[in-house]
Amino acid sequence: MSVTTGLFYVFSAVMLFAAFRVITARNPVHAALFLVLTFFQASMLWMLLKAEFLSITLVLVYVGAVMVLFLFVVMMMDINVEDMRAGFWKHFPLAAVMGVVIALEMAAVLMGGFRAMENPQIPALASADAVQLSNTKELGKLLFTRYLYPLEVAAAILLVAMIAAIALTLRARKDSKYVSPGDQVRVRARDRMTVVKMAATQMAVEPAPVVPQAETKA
Amino acid sequence: MTLTLGHFLSLGAMLFALSVVGIFLNRRNLIVLLMAIELMLLAVNTNFVAFSYYLHDMHGQIFVFFILTVAAAESAIGLAILVLLFRNKSSIRVDELNSLKG
Repeated sequence: MSVTTGLFYVFSAVMLFAAFRVITARNPVHAALFLVLTFFQASMLWMLLKAEFLSITLVLVYVGAVMVLFLFVVMMMDINVEDMRAGFWKHFPLAAVMGVVIALEMAAVLMGGFRAMENPQIPALASADAVQLSNTKELGKLLFTRYLYPLEVAAAILLVAMIAAIALTLRARKDSKYVSPGDQVRVRARDRMTVVKMAATQMAVEPAPVVPQAETKA
Repeated sequence: MTLTLGHFLSLGAMLFALSVVGIFLNRRNLIVLLMAIELMLLAVNTNFVAFSYYLHDMHGQIFVFFILTVAAAESAIGLAILVLLFRNKSSIRVDELNSLKG
């Protein structure tokens, strides 16, 4: 048993334990911290598979950004933990059955289908005889040549996500003077100035001297 | 005994099964549901990386890169919706999300 195999078993055991704690933790903060541990173990496993760039990206992006976001959100809200746990044991039998079925089905497929893969005889597809580059360099070469268009689409998706997240949670001040930019752009000269038709000013009529009516009648 | 593709695929399968169980167990807690979705994506990514290593094909890793991008966008928007939900309802119970139900 080589060192790599031993490391694989250690990392997988810790990873599965952490994932189990993520779904069973009573406190969402603990769940988020165990998810961080899971991501770390996964990145170590990817390192064993010689995918250095992705494993470091996983730590930087997931642990550094996404999980911090999760922790912020969890700590910002006061969540009634006990209320969230209601129905946990009620759903447990169904969940256990589902989990066992999925695991058995996947085991059936994997054991049958990939026994032959123990010593992969498949010819290297992409870069067999190419010079051995570092993982990052190889990834970068592919990413910026063949996958340039998908890369830009991914960048656009990130921008859209950022704007959407800001727009969803933006809370404008109620007392600020605010003009809608849409209205401002759509405005026409006719809307800016309203001509009000009014009768021309006339000389005020002199009020007639009050004649005591009662006296003339009498 | 060396590591084979089967090892990694089995690990991915176990992780995926665990996260499905998590979705069933935490039906009420939206934030743990989001975490379980992250776990699922991680299992899928592990499969991709393992295939990429054992078949000597870099395209699997490219795919993982894009999955990571989309997953980050998804979790950012999901958390924004979660914050909005908490602001409006003061709770994140999934079964209270029925305002549109007739």
